[in-house]
Amino acid sequence: MITRREFLKISAFASLMGLGGAFGIEALEKKQGKEVIKDIKALKAKRWAMVIDTRKFKTQEDFDKIIKACHKPHNVPEIINPLHEVKWIWTEDYEHSFPGTAEQYISKEVKERKFLLLCNHCDNAPCTRVCPVKATFKREDGITMQDMHRCIGCKFCMAGCPYGARNYNFLPPRDYIKEFNNEYPTRTLGVVEKCTFCNERIDRGLLPYCVEASEGKIIFGDLFDSNSEIRKVLSENIVIRRKVELGTQPMVFYII
Amino acid sequence: MLDLALKGRPRYWIWVSFLITMILIGFICWMREHHVGAAVTTGLSRDVSWGFHVGQLTFFVGVAASAVLVVLPYYFHNYKTFGRIAVIGEFLAVGCVLIAMLSVFVIMGQPSRVWNVILHPTPHSIIFWDMVVLITYLSLNLLCGWTILHAEKKSAPPPKWIKPFIYWAILWAPSIHTVTAFLYAGLPGRPHWMTALQAAHFLATAFAAGPSLLIILSMIIKKISKFDPGQQAINKLAEIATYALIIHLFFIGLEFFTAFYSQIPDHMVALKYLYVGYEGHTGMVTWMAISTLLAFTGLLIFIFPPLRKWNVTKLIGAVCIFFSIWMDKGFAFVVSGFIPNPFDKVTEAWIALNEFLVAAGVWSVGALVITVLYKIAITVKEKAVFDKYGQKQVVD
Repeated sequence: MITRREFLKISAFASLMGLGGAFGIEALEKKQGKEVIKDIKALKAKRWAMVIDTRKFKTQEDFDKIIKACHKPHNVPEIINPLHEVKWIWTEDYEHSFPGTAEQYISKEVKERKFLLLCNHCDNAPCTRVCPVKATFKREDGITMQDMHRCIGCKFCMAGCPYGARNYNFLPPRDYIKEFNNEYPTRTLGVVEKCTFCNERIDRGLLPYCVEASEGKIIFGDLFDSNSEIRKVLSENIVIRRKVELGTQPMVFYII
Repeated sequence: MLDLALKGRPRYWIWVSFLITMILIGFICWMREHHVGAAVTTGLSRDVSWGFHVGQLTFFVGVAASAVLVVLPYYFHNYKTFGRIAVIGEFLAVGCVLIAMLSVFVIMGQPSRVWNVILHPTPHSIIFWDMVVLITYLSLNLLCGWTILHAEKKSAPPPKWIKPFIYWAILWAPSIHTVTAFLYAGLPGRPHWMTALQAAHFLATAFAAGPSLLIILSMIIKKISKFDPGQQAINKLAEIATYALIIHLFFIGLEFFTAFYSQIPDHMVALKYLYVGYEGHTGMVTWMAISTLLAFTGLLIFIFPPLRKWNVTKLIGAVCIFFSIWMDKGFAFVVSGFIPNPFDKVTEAWIALNEFLVAAGVWSVGALVITVLYKIAITVKEKAVFDKYGQKQVVD
């Protein structure tokens, strides 16, 4: 038989132990969470950037191949209605890619040329600034990430993005995927998704799908490395970016 | 005091049942969105990702903030005329903040993840601050209104400790609407919203629409109960609304000047779209024409003292001003911010039936809370017969 006093003592001791244990587990968890094991093959950069050599794209097939190379493995739903479509990479003409840049006087060839558009992975990204849950955030290497499993679907980032690069799942996405890639997560209704510069491939030492499928038309590399190929291409060509006046520092460059 | 809301005449229960029915309908419509998708249930799109609900948030935060217009003169400057309606204003704020908060909640594609806002607090996001200020304002108004009403019930002066909370609520009112304006005014790609005038303009519209609603509610209260909020107070509210409306119209003029004198296309496009149509897109022109017409009708009535003071025209004027601003701020302002889209194209948006019914459900939640709180306040005040200044506040 234990007395009331003893019972209280034991309970107090037990609660202290429990609390201590909880703190210990928490500390351990935090430590583990920070130490993400990186693949030794992972590509490394201080600031990933992309140059699209728009002169080298000749036929519609050139674009279709790249779009398919991205959309298919990423389980991007194929929705026909432009109001609710989901697109990570797509094409647009000059006038609508670079509005307000003397489009009426440029050469007919450039005017009719198509341009690949995707998330610009802005160095100073407004979308990451406005997201209330850090579902979209900057990686150290400059990639603007999108956590489709944390996103609450408030659509603030869509109002924040000046490039129309963000897609909200207005329709159940899984109903619009013909062939599933089981290696990549599908999304649910009511979350925002977009291009992530193929972070899942970079971290395994592979180039983004679009770069691979472009066969040299898209150059991808470290903007902060003065010896990189991308820096060489940038120094030798005339390049433009979309809406630089907004101070977002887009990381996708276009050779005209 | 809550028990006072449980006793009422049949018409009270009919009204409460109506509101509960609307809430249920709204709830079913909201559930539907999460089964079939917002493509079917809203008028939103890839290009216009915010619409009616975000407009309701914007508008009702304003109405809630306008409670300061009765609270500040009464508690801070001891302006006795507002003594009877201070609580009415505070309880209106409670209901309106609730409408505002629910209006953001219903836009969320993944409502079950809403706790992420607290789990991962993000101070650089304005939505985070919006949540903080709205919850605080809701609590402050409920606390102040309830405590003061309770004191009145006991025929005692309000406790001293409530004073700091009242002053806090006074400071908080303009803050909540400033934060709402910051949701819009800091986005680089949306020139129509990106004006430093935004918060000031929001406050002006709030201080016109809020008192207008308070006038309407006060007149209803006077009609259906024995409690008289006071003719002088109602007249004063109309005066405040007149000034605020003039400032609002002046601010619209300022926006027009900046856009059309600078001739910067991005700043002109949205205004053209709203008032005359842009590149054949005229979806909002009639809507804005009605809103403008209502604003000027309200102005015309309120600017002439005899019309402003006569209760029939006063009511018409208040309704005009309230709906004019509701149409503008509660929808047009939001969707026009997305015009043109990032590709210099125009995608229009409208309010879907399902979306409207969800909003109606949200309004009903606010209306139900206001009804219950007003029922309590009116019952207390009817029993008091004289207000704290010895004026008779009950009409036989």
